[in-house]
Amino acid sequence: MGVIEVEQIKEVVSCVFILAGVIFMLISTIGLLRFPDFYIRMSAITKGASLGVGLILLGLGIYFNQPDIMLKVLAIITFIFITAPVAAHVISRTAVRNHSPFWNKTNLKEFEEYQEKLHLDKIKNHDRYREEQKTEKKPSGAGDNV
Amino acid sequence: MKTFYLHSAIAFVSAYLITHQDPPPLPYNAFSTAFVFLVIFWILWSTSWFYNKPYFRKMPKALFFAVFFIKELLVANIKIAYDILTPRYYMRPTVIALPLSVKTDLEITLLACMITLTPGTLSIDVSENRKILYVHALYVKNNDVELLKQYIKNGFERRLLELTT
Repeated sequence: MGVIEVEQIKEVVSCVFILAGVIFMLISTIGLLRFPDFYIRMSAITKGASLGVGLILLGLGIYFNQPDIMLKVLAIITFIFITAPVAAHVISRTAVRNHSPFWNKTNLKEFEEYQEKLHLDKIKNHDRYREEQKTEKKPSGAGDNV
Repeated sequence: MKTFYLHSAIAFVSAYLITHQDPPPLPYNAFSTAFVFLVIFWILWSTSWFYNKPYFRKMPKALFFAVFFIKELLVANIKIAYDILTPRYYMRPTVIALPLSVKTDLEITLLACMITLTPGTLSIDVSENRKILYVHALYVKNNDVELLKQYIKNGFERRLLELTT
């Protein structure tokens, strides 16, 4: 009586970690539903999800308290922290290329140059694309007639 | 970096061997194994003063960098959680053009990853000549873009450069 077992401390600590992870994931999912534009939603969900998964896995590792499980948990956390931002970066870059709109309060002063260049590139590529289409059509059209 | 891999491998194998003795010297659980690993790693690191000075200097910096990164990650998440749960938006989203002083592919990738994982920022694109990183930032105090740029450059980029050069 009165003596707190090591097992109990371990259980409580792992519970705290897992609950914190779940709460972070829940909050970031609410943010995904209510934030105004694509980029803000993206930045909310990457951080929340990666930290949430990290905390849940850490709690799991502490609960089982085995060296091999701990090693696997640390490896998984490392790989998630490497891959999640890369995925977010690629998705947001694709959104910019596809002219996904920014929130109307966003300050885009330093981004105008980039967007202009993107627009010019698109026009240039569009012209080239049309020219290619024209040159390709002739032989295929002739082939259809035969 | 090579020394780091070698030391981790030696520490890992010896920690494995020590915990698998027949009457185990320590109770078989994650914390004692991690403790053994860290002690062996620390001993190896302190010997590196004799043959690899840069590694000896860089290791504590890497450790502080990791702690700083985890702190930033938690602060970012709490800030965004506060903004999600309160009805008003406190954010002033801005796209900033961050001039890069890191050069190689590895450094740029690491910097972009860290920026994506920390305070309300999301890296969007790198310009073609690899001089500018476009970052979408959520919290800019008083519309002071320069302050945020200085913060990222001093906080992440300087530490990253110290580690890789």
